[in-house]
Amino acid sequence: MGVHTYVAAAHPNIVVAPPTSVGRILMRRVAIVGAGWAGFRPQVPELSFRELVYEAASRAYEEAGVDPRSDVDAFVSCQEDYWEGIAIADEFAPEPLGAVLRPTYTVAGDGLQGLAQAFMMIRSGAFDVVVVEAHAKPSDIVTLDGIYELALDPLHVRPLRPGNPLFTAGLDAVAYMARTGASRLHLAMVAAANKRMGLSNPRAPHAARVTVDDVLESPTYIYPMSQLEVAPFTDAAVVMVLASDEAARRLTDAPVWLDGVGWATEVGTGAVEFHEWGRMPSIRAAALMAYQMAGVDSPASQTGFAEVEDRFSFMELLALEELGVAGEGEAAAMLERGDLAPGAFYPVNQSGGSLSVGVPLEATGLWRALEAYLELRDNSGAYDQPRAVVASWRGPPTYTSAVAVLSAV
Amino acid sequence: MRPNIFVKDKVAVVGAGLTLFRRRLLETPRELAWEAARQALDSAGLTFDDIDCVVMGTAPDAFDGVHFNGEYFADVAGRNKPTVRVYVGGGTGVFVPIAAWWHVASGLCKTALAVAEEKMSPAHPHPQGVFAYIWDPILERPLGPNLIWIFAMEMRRYMHKCGATKEIIARVSVKNKRNALDHPAAQAAANITVDDVLRSELLVWPVNRLDISPVSDGAAAVVFASENEARRITDSPVWVEGIGFALDNTHWYNRELAYPRYVNYAARMAYKMAGIERPWREIDVAEPYDPFDYKELHHIEGLMLARPCEAPKLLEEDWFDRSGELPTSPSGGLLGVGNPIAAAGLMKVAEIFWQLRYEAGPRQVKKPVHYGLAQAWGDLMQVGTVIVLGN
Repeated sequence: MGVHTYVAAAHPNIVVAPPTSVGRILMRRVAIVGAGWAGFRPQVPELSFRELVYEAASRAYEEAGVDPRSDVDAFVSCQEDYWEGIAIADEFAPEPLGAVLRPTYTVAGDGLQGLAQAFMMIRSGAFDVVVVEAHAKPSDIVTLDGIYELALDPLHVRPLRPGNPLFTAGLDAVAYMARTGASRLHLAMVAAANKRMGLSNPRAPHAARVTVDDVLESPTYIYPMSQLEVAPFTDAAVVMVLASDEAARRLTDAPVWLDGVGWATEVGTGAVEFHEWGRMPSIRAAALMAYQMAGVDSPASQTGFAEVEDRFSFMELLALEELGVAGEGEAAAMLERGDLAPGAFYPVNQSGGSLSVGVPLEATGLWRALEAYLELRDNSGAYDQPRAVVASWRGPPTYTSAVAVLSAV
Repeated sequence: MRPNIFVKDKVAVVGAGLTLFRRRLLETPRELAWEAARQALDSAGLTFDDIDCVVMGTAPDAFDGVHFNGEYFADVAGRNKPTVRVYVGGGTGVFVPIAAWWHVASGLCKTALAVAEEKMSPAHPHPQGVFAYIWDPILERPLGPNLIWIFAMEMRRYMHKCGATKEIIARVSVKNKRNALDHPAAQAAANITVDDVLRSELLVWPVNRLDISPVSDGAAAVVFASENEARRITDSPVWVEGIGFALDNTHWYNRELAYPRYVNYAARMAYKMAGIERPWREIDVAEPYDPFDYKELHHIEGLMLARPCEAPKLLEEDWFDRSGELPTSPSGGLLGVGNPIAAAGLMKVAEIFWQLRYEAGPRQVKKPVHYGLAQAWGDLMQVGTVIVLGN
């Protein structure tokens, strides 16, 4: 089942010619020339969110060799008011980034959506160097569940008073398992594998040596998933510096290219009842966009590895199917065969995924891109195809996802 | 930022639509966004299927009372489309079209729908309460400031530095509310006098009730298209000539409040891109952000449409009237049409679009128009967002 046929009907106009086509000779390639991070702990009590961003930004600028006061054309900050506890959160974006009186704005969305904005800004020709930032301090949030409740449709869903506002993830898990025959055992295998792989990741405070039995026996959290199958939260900040190919060549010998980006919303949070339960069409639509831009027809043979959504164990399997890495209903079989392990056919979530690293709220997608970036920057020689697919879902109650294709060549 | 000679695709505005602006509309955010989008698409002869990408704007989520407020109505143009919400406080209404511009200029989207929605009425007892949470949580919030407070400080500073009196400043409110009488969506249109403004209830000196815009619900939408698409859709596309935006630091108390330098930086960016060197001569019609009457004058100066402190004198000479040399807020602005924050800024962009197409009806300014400008502002006296359109 081809990715293209599924989604082409959804938006026929999103057909972006790959960089080499005639008439698009001046299409600019976009590179990631530096990245920095800070935190990645369940709590970072000694730093405010501003100091956390400042640290991540300082590291990113050092790697990229840029001075934000003079070398950066625009800054994109990804955050949401209610997470920050500040009614106009973008007010605090410029200072930690060195962006005061510079073109700066907020994407009220995930860091990968911010990355997509930066990509378009550079492609437009009006900006050469754009910084993308995303951060979260969930440890500061006293009423996290209460805020999630506020995200539920106030007319149709909130009055149901669901015990756990993330319950829709459970509904999707049940529907996915029913459709594909994936079992609780498969879900537990995802969790155990990812938590184990995170042990070698300095950004993974929730990594652990857990067995499949440990996972199955831990208390149910969001049915049918147990506690060890749902990622906890983490405080973190991630900053990336993007540049046009001209600027990138000035700044570095080895950029990591951002060859494709895609993002899509299947349904709004005011219409979750229309979501295709047990599927994630937003990942599929986003992937189509990104693949067409990057010239990818078959992700499993044209890219080397992936960092995909796994905040909920079943999502890793569903994401692989929506990405076209696995055929319909076949992700569990790939998992069983060991195809997704490090060094195997198509390594997935070598970082340990969200299950090891935790969820830094709106920084999650940017963090996933960071993991792919670091692996391509430091270890591209290990792959026949030194390219990566990054896929992230904003999580319940949304049905918005984003996909990026990164390349070391 | 250098002049934009590398943009291969010009981007045009091909349609615009608004809902009514009212103190309280019974429609939900989803319905408001849809209604505005529907109007914009109808005016361009397009359907929702014709929209490739969606850019949303809505200011503090806390007004609507929905976390992830953008997600709430993200599917306004249909399923599985690329959607994103951009946000710079009060500057959002003019920033949404700026982001829509690069959605199309990058080549990724042939058409983009910019939609801004705001419902302030759900906030009880009064939406002003949401502004208790915009301050630095440690240094400022304990002082219990509110928005009208700090704008009173800015107004006072402007009056002192520029020698502008309340009488002169009040003329902006009179002008805009009168202009709004010709705007079909207007909430606060009225025939008032300077005396009415001065005698209205004092809120925080020197701000009286009629010096400020109302609280509103409403939505606006604007359709963008690449050059090829635009020429298929309409005979008179309006081109995006320049975009600019700048965000200052949070230390508003340390700023020279009499001059909005962040608006100036944003304007310079947009003018450079548009190739405009003498804005006071080349901009034919402007919609500067006017949540308070003095702000219009403040912003006119930041936009270099008048010299610093010159705007009040020009106002006295009817320079900014619809029949004047440089008409400002011919729509009636926020003071007259209403202030559903994000939608208000986009309403101003829509007005410039209609003015440049000579479709503004009774609001059409007297002189011929070639370049128009819309500007918004927000946060802690921090953000300037500017868009320059041309026909």
